[in-house]
Amino acid sequence: MSLVSIREVRKNFGPLEVLKGVSLEVEKGDVVAIIGRSGSGKSTLLRCINGLETYQAGAIMADGIEVGGLRANLRELRRHVGMVFQQFNLFPHLTAAENVMLAPTVVNKASKKDARGLAAEMLAKVGLSEKMDSYPSQLSGGQQQRVAIARALAMRPKVLLCDEITSALDPELVNEVLRVVEQLAREGMTLMLVTHEMRFARDVGTHLVFMHHGRVHEQGPPKQVFAAPKTPELQQFVGSIG
Amino acid sequence: MVQFSFWDILSNLLIATEWTIILSLIAFVSGGIVGLILLFMRTSRIAPLEWFTKGYIEFFQGTPLLMQLFLFFFGIALFGVEVSPWLAAWLALTFWTSAFLTEIWRGCVEAIPRGQWEASSTLALSYIEQMRYVILPQAARIAVAPTVGFSVQVIKGTALASIIGFVELTKAGTLLNNATFRPFLVYSLVALIYFCLCFPLSWYAKKLEGRLNVAR
Repeated sequence: MSLVSIREVRKNFGPLEVLKGVSLEVEKGDVVAIIGRSGSGKSTLLRCINGLETYQAGAIMADGIEVGGLRANLRELRRHVGMVFQQFNLFPHLTAAENVMLAPTVVNKASKKDARGLAAEMLAKVGLSEKMDSYPSQLSGGQQQRVAIARALAMRPKVLLCDEITSALDPELVNEVLRVVEQLAREGMTLMLVTHEMRFARDVGTHLVFMHHGRVHEQGPPKQVFAAPKTPELQQFVGSIG
Repeated sequence: MVQFSFWDILSNLLIATEWTIILSLIAFVSGGIVGLILLFMRTSRIAPLEWFTKGYIEFFQGTPLLMQLFLFFFGIALFGVEVSPWLAAWLALTFWTSAFLTEIWRGCVEAIPRGQWEASSTLALSYIEQMRYVILPQAARIAVAPTVGFSVQVIKGTALASIIGFVELTKAGTLLNNATFRPFLVYSLVALIYFCLCFPLSWYAKKLEGRLNVAR
């Protein structure tokens, strides 16, 4: 069975239907890049996968757990589905290490010592070993986002959802974050990225999904899809990005 | 007839002030504890708990504290339970304080950006864990100034306990006035003592507010 399985999911905010029957299968090790105009439903889709948004019809299974099910199941699911946000959302009252340690100690009941070791390992992975005891306000945007990635990784997720994680960064800080994500992809982490970085989507992604008006409009291997977009909407979208 | 000197009046008032302080402190602490429990219920997004707390807050904010004192003092007595002024004052002030503190603190909790809730729930924290480790530590920083400010209201609120016969500063003033027939002097002193209790608190609350605005 797929690691993430999305079947005919529909979601509306009041009268506005943002997902009009989306289906998508994600296998272990896939790097799925989701692109599309703003308002096409790509972020909403991602947020449905870990229950940040509810959906009205269809089904989402992640790691064998039904997302729309019981609250207790949702908690179990979130232990295996990590997420990184556009706005980092680090906890400002905690240091980088404490941000990473929180969920392992509180949710997984790890000892402080083990959690600190884990934090050191994860922060080293994102190249921030020397910033363990810095507060978020003392870090650049790129560094904050890398801490956020380390924080998600500390739960050893089976899939990592990245919601426009470079969109709030200054251009010169984008690459340091993308390099970390690329490294994760190389290590075999399953990733679902909503992104505007087309080059990154093409080079690192194993699967490209173009969303348009709440539907998966076109999908396939990134290089192929970018080289020969079939639908006029994607042709136009790719053209407008350049 | 016994003659009361100025110093007699002042020293009697100061002795009674002790009870004003004790009642204020106890009401504030127990009101704070109840308020914290209500805060968890109020922000739990569990509908029945929210309705209950909303109703509770509406009632205690929407009726005069004096009525609440009467209700506790005379109301409980209707069930054949003897209620001392002290117990009635404590209960009424606790409920009244908790209703206001819950609302103040709810505002502070709601001032924390949504992203903090989302990030922590994504990390599989439960609601209680989110509050305990992520939301309250941040909300507490903003809550200190208005909470200290509200403590002034509690101190002034204790004056009403005099009406059900609890001897604190105001009641002592009334008693001394009856004995001395010098209302202006007595009540001026009473007011001055209240001011000496309240002013440092409001001053401190202002200072805290200023400090918070400077901080990041």
